[in-house]
Amino acid sequence: MNLRIQEPRAPKSIDAAAPLGGLAPVAVPAPTSQIRTFLQNRGNSRLADSTFRWLMLLCALSIFAIVALIANELVMSSKLTLAKFGFKFFVGSAWDPVNENFGALPFVYGTIVSSLVALVLAVPLAVGVAVFLTEMCPKALRGFLSFVTELLAAIPSVVYGLWAIFVLVPLLRGYVDPILIKLLGWTGLFAPPDFGIGMFAAGVILAIMILPIISSLTREVMTAVPYTQREAVLALGATRWEMIRMGVLRNARIGIVGSIILGLGRALGETMAVAMVIGSSPTISKSLLAPAATMASVIANEFAEASDDTYRSALIEIGLALFLVTIVVNIFARLLVWAVTRGTPARAA
Amino acid sequence: MATQLNSSTLNRRWRWFTNHLATVLAVASTILVVAPLIAIFIDLVVKGTSSLNLNFFTKIPAPVGEQGGGMANAIVGSAVLLGLASLLGIPIGIAAGIYLSEYGRGSKLSNVVRFTADVLNGVPSIVMGVAVYALVVVPAKGYSAFAGGVALGIMMIPTVARTTEEMLLMVPHSIREAALGLGVPNWRSMISITLKTAMPGVITGCMLAFARVAGETAPLIFTAFGNQFWSTALNQPVAALPLQIYVYALSPYDEWHRLAWAGSLVLIVLIVVSVALVRFVTTRGVLKGAS
Repeated sequence: MNLRIQEPRAPKSIDAAAPLGGLAPVAVPAPTSQIRTFLQNRGNSRLADSTFRWLMLLCALSIFAIVALIANELVMSSKLTLAKFGFKFFVGSAWDPVNENFGALPFVYGTIVSSLVALVLAVPLAVGVAVFLTEMCPKALRGFLSFVTELLAAIPSVVYGLWAIFVLVPLLRGYVDPILIKLLGWTGLFAPPDFGIGMFAAGVILAIMILPIISSLTREVMTAVPYTQREAVLALGATRWEMIRMGVLRNARIGIVGSIILGLGRALGETMAVAMVIGSSPTISKSLLAPAATMASVIANEFAEASDDTYRSALIEIGLALFLVTIVVNIFARLLVWAVTRGTPARAA
Repeated sequence: MATQLNSSTLNRRWRWFTNHLATVLAVASTILVVAPLIAIFIDLVVKGTSSLNLNFFTKIPAPVGEQGGGMANAIVGSAVLLGLASLLGIPIGIAAGIYLSEYGRGSKLSNVVRFTADVLNGVPSIVMGVAVYALVVVPAKGYSAFAGGVALGIMMIPTVARTTEEMLLMVPHSIREAALGLGVPNWRSMISITLKTAMPGVITGCMLAFARVAGETAPLIFTAFGNQFWSTALNQPVAALPLQIYVYALSPYDEWHRLAWAGSLVLIVLIVVSVALVRFVTTRGVLKGAS
């Protein structure tokens, strides 16, 4: 009612105690003026509000823009080889910068095989750790152990690489590889000569690096399985392992697969540690002990030396392929994890 | 009847056996996972402290063959790069987080943005380096500290945005309503009320992102490039701690290997302290007290 009054006079006294409502209809001017200043301020703040809103929206959209920009730059900078080699780029196995003949197959092969070795080593261990931490571990130990696995995730790639060069590789060359050659030499996968550096060393260090990711996500998925499931299986007389297998792992399997794929995504793009121990050789060999190269490691090792445009363009095209592959892998994994943890509250950190 | 009984005891034995086998395997895998971490830390401390001295923090690298020298320029260079990255990544990340939590809650656009942030988070750092090389280094015709800062900054955005969003979502609605009820404009209430309430958590997210990019090497190889001398100019190549570790680790000189171990120790201490601090803040209920 007061709002309708068209009295424009507004003394700027802001008396907090003055009644806003129509308590005293006699003293109409004072409340009107206050409401008017209030409304005028509102009007001003609408501008500020919408500016703020647009600013925030702009920043949110910039994430979009960044991904689009990355894709665009990669395509633009690799036009040279995209046009010259086409799809043959990824099936050719000759990598000859001097004669400008580029085939990326050895690197694709190296990336896939080193990631597979890492997954084979890491997945059972990661699931084991997750089972131990969620179902068996005494409470006092749980905090410490999850902190330790978190730390494992926080160590920079280059430090893993340093450790791998000076500790892991001599260890593998001296003790592990001879045993593997003796036991599994007949498969051809572990054949001498053994330099220590090579595909297997890269796979082992990758496994150590992706373990924390897989195990922490698996733990998250396993915690999301409702307790009633566990209780129901136990009530039927199951042992603890049967409870874990039937009540927990079976319910969480999609999420576990998602976390494994996420670990795979990390392994595919991991650069420094791999570049330092894989031996950088653009060859495809059956033996895991032979030096090789991955898509990421070849970029890291050769980009700074790539002098001419075609060479550089070839390396950028490998980067583009890596970008697309990791995006697809990540989207797939996120969808899986999201499908499982959807109904539950966000992880209780 | 007798065979049935027999098979049932066998069955029970088998179940007892698998149950205990599973326990043993789980414990064994945990030990196997913790072992390399402990090994890495012991090696870092033993090999790092032996070559860590005052020179490490005050001198620039010595020429090949000479004793001594340090990584002072790399430490300063890393500080410059990380400062640049934070200037770029933290404001944009926090703003994107505010949008996701305060404006776009449940909307289709925000779901897509959130998903894109997760995807960006998964892009390999070497690819980020190549992209920034094409984006900044090629037009500027030279490696620069600025390019390195941009690469690291972009990598910080998704982490900061997602943690900010998560933390803002934990702020109870009644606080926002109280602010708006007092006539505080919307933007003001978001900055001084909502964001301030969630501040400990937001800082946590920023530090996590910081710790993550502090050790990144791959995006710096062909953006910041590295430098053997003092340089803090933004348009010149600059040294960085992880980059120096990489170069020294692959070098054939023992002296440089020792410096690489010392550099790794410094880097790890920096990161572990920030991660531990983050954990302390998030578990000690600072957030609970605020909300």
